[in-house]
Amino acid sequence: MKKQTNPTRRDFCKNTALLAGGMLALPLDITASAHVLGDDSIKIALVGCGGRGTGAAIQALSTKENVKLVAMADAFQDRLDNCYNILATKFADSDKLKLKEKDKHVGFEAYKQAIDKADVVLLTTTPGFRPIHFEYAVNQNKHVFMEKPVATDAPGIRRVLAAAELAKTKKLNVVVGLQRRYQDSYLACLQQIRDGKIGQIVSGQVYWNSSGVWVNERQPGQTEMEYQMRNWYYFNWLCGDHIVEQHIHNIDVANWFIGEYPLHAQGMGGREVRTDKKFGEIFDHHFVEYTYPSGAVIASQCRHQPGCVDNVSESFQGTRGKIYTDSQNKGIISAYDGKVLYEHQGENDPNPYQTEHDVLFANIRDGKVTNDAEHAAKTTMSAILGRMATYSGQLITFDEALTRGRSLMPDTFSWKAMPKVVPDGEGGYAVPVPGQTQVLEPEKLKIPGQEVSPEGDRN
Amino acid sequence: MDHHKSDSKRNNHPPGKFKLATATYWPVALLLVSLPGGTSSKIPTNPQQELESYREHLEGSPESILMVPVKGGTFLMGNEQGPAEESPVHKVEVGDFWMAAYEITWDQYELFSGQRINLINTDRGGEVSLEVDAIASATTPYVDMSHGMGKKGYPVINITQHAALTFCKWLSAKTGRFYRLPTEAEWEYACRAGSNELYSFGNDTTLLNEYAWYEDNSGRRYHLVGQKTPNAFGLYDMHGNVAEWTMDQFIPDAYALRDKGLSVNPWEKPVKLYPRSVRGGSWKDGAEALRSSARTASDPGWKRIDPQIPKSRWWFTNAPHVGFRVVRPKITPSPEEISKYWLEAIDDY
Repeated sequence: MKKQTNPTRRDFCKNTALLAGGMLALPLDITASAHVLGDDSIKIALVGCGGRGTGAAIQALSTKENVKLVAMADAFQDRLDNCYNILATKFADSDKLKLKEKDKHVGFEAYKQAIDKADVVLLTTTPGFRPIHFEYAVNQNKHVFMEKPVATDAPGIRRVLAAAELAKTKKLNVVVGLQRRYQDSYLACLQQIRDGKIGQIVSGQVYWNSSGVWVNERQPGQTEMEYQMRNWYYFNWLCGDHIVEQHIHNIDVANWFIGEYPLHAQGMGGREVRTDKKFGEIFDHHFVEYTYPSGAVIASQCRHQPGCVDNVSESFQGTRGKIYTDSQNKGIISAYDGKVLYEHQGENDPNPYQTEHDVLFANIRDGKVTNDAEHAAKTTMSAILGRMATYSGQLITFDEALTRGRSLMPDTFSWKAMPKVVPDGEGGYAVPVPGQTQVLEPEKLKIPGQEVSPEGDRN
Repeated sequence: MDHHKSDSKRNNHPPGKFKLATATYWPVALLLVSLPGGTSSKIPTNPQQELESYREHLEGSPESILMVPVKGGTFLMGNEQGPAEESPVHKVEVGDFWMAAYEITWDQYELFSGQRINLINTDRGGEVSLEVDAIASATTPYVDMSHGMGKKGYPVINITQHAALTFCKWLSAKTGRFYRLPTEAEWEYACRAGSNELYSFGNDTTLLNEYAWYEDNSGRRYHLVGQKTPNAFGLYDMHGNVAEWTMDQFIPDAYALRDKGLSVNPWEKPVKLYPRSVRGGSWKDGAEALRSSARTASDPGWKRIDPQIPKSRWWFTNAPHVGFRVVRPKITPSPEEISKYWLEAIDDY
């Protein structure tokens, strides 16, 4: 197979780099800023106060540095209050919580006030809002921890990639919660791969097959916006479908170990078991075949169906051997005769959810920079590409998905605003139909001085 | 007894409230006597059911739980040659009970956690009657809780004590018979099966391979339940395979604080989330941890890669060596007594 490059993607990055480059003249010394704001404490704002946000806040506040939580933001008052109460209990005997009532911000715009008060922001809302929050945080010169996925649609990814470039030029730390990249077992296995232990990766199977997740029922008096925000897992503008929200971890391992992003994808999916209207519009299974520039082909399975075989792991076959990894700190490399060449059994390895925060805050202290934003955006895009392939039933390239993937986001954000996906007369939501569902914007080719239709000029 | 069924359907009782079924013989509990030498009374303490093996069929599924009788009596609990928490050796009396011959399997547990069969009180002359709708079901785990070791016929793992106990409550509601976890005393008594040595089969660790899956023979994974030789009570895998939950808080000096003469049905009722007591050792432990008297404490680290806060009430992320089995006391306690066993869940930050 011909070694492919992705000119469009490259051009895109080049363009954003140029754009960011234009800002280099600004007087910036962000890495030092945390230490010149009165005392040596690092001020943290939490944006997104759900279960994961609460966990991230605890991890950030458990690092060795002198950290203080100075602001919180959430769309919902009750989520913010629950989170605050847990943190207040957890850190009752410390002075790590430095916020008053006025520092608890609620609503769609709350993120701005919270971010403004901090040196480091934790972006842990539902994924759909991530591009907006990340862009704002970078514009305000903040270091960032953000959860995966970093967007739910292609326009969101483009926004994150642009902000990622800007963050680079500003020397901001951006750590993304793809915590396998901070997990000893995966890092050890990556080293083995880079050392050539299994040769070149030619194929692989990555899985997140499980029973599913929670569901929140519609409550009387909720607007459609509030209902979708409360039951966010089942709406794509907020969640991205489980291939994006969960399975991204395993797809990321494929991208990381192979060292490339997919060239194109095709696959199949649907909903067989999780069909009730309370499950919104997402599928309960996807099976995607990703082809990489090097020729490697990765089979990606994710399923939310109880009673089936569970599997959350990654396997890859190389020209000289094969490797198995999973999040239980396990990594096994074996030859094709079955001989084990390398084994990592890290029962007592550090918690990678803590390690990612340890790295972030140590970096800030030491003036070092880690920036996960670009690879996290491209991995998120890879998962979105998979969803586009299963929804449409088409073979879609990474580049067309990135440049022409449709926007899922509402035009305005308020409790009375309508999301793009709304229920039918019986409260059900349209579910994508492979072979019919359109996931790309119509192609527009630009020729200097005029626009032509897709049929006009195709070579 | 039709009124039980209709009551449970009306659902007009506060959550968790019990009603005394008409066929309950709990006052007979007062007749429990302990006879010298650990032999049990011939007094028929429960006219409904003799202390004999039976299968508890999980209606609506092909699953059943084989319950074997454990005649109560007195025994010497602990081991002064072991770690400090096993001392002093002291005399303990436990009542009659049935114990599951096997560790509870995934197939059985998921009937509850996955709500695969409806929570219907089958009302077969039940000794206990629970408001089944009030029993919370375990949350869906986000990851593969079997850690890739397989499920069918294998013991359930990574479940919290709260989850194991809620399974018991669900099972009680479903069957009308009172199931719970064994106390540490009941567990040790059942494990010893009359032996006062290190293991139910004596002191010879070279025999362990015949009775247990452990570090030396497990291949670092659990195994199908019931593959090894059972103990004298007909209980399989008490040593090894998966460690098993008890009803007790883990209190290192509990034995030192007990009555010097005789402790009757001791139970260290949990008041803190950690540590609680698991017994029997597991596939990943060495011979020491498999001893009848060996005690292990639960640890917050068993949830260390749970990224959500509060952490799950139901699932551990790092306890692929911990499962459970159920017991049923011969004498069904009063509803008030029973309610003491349904421990309140405690949030885990």
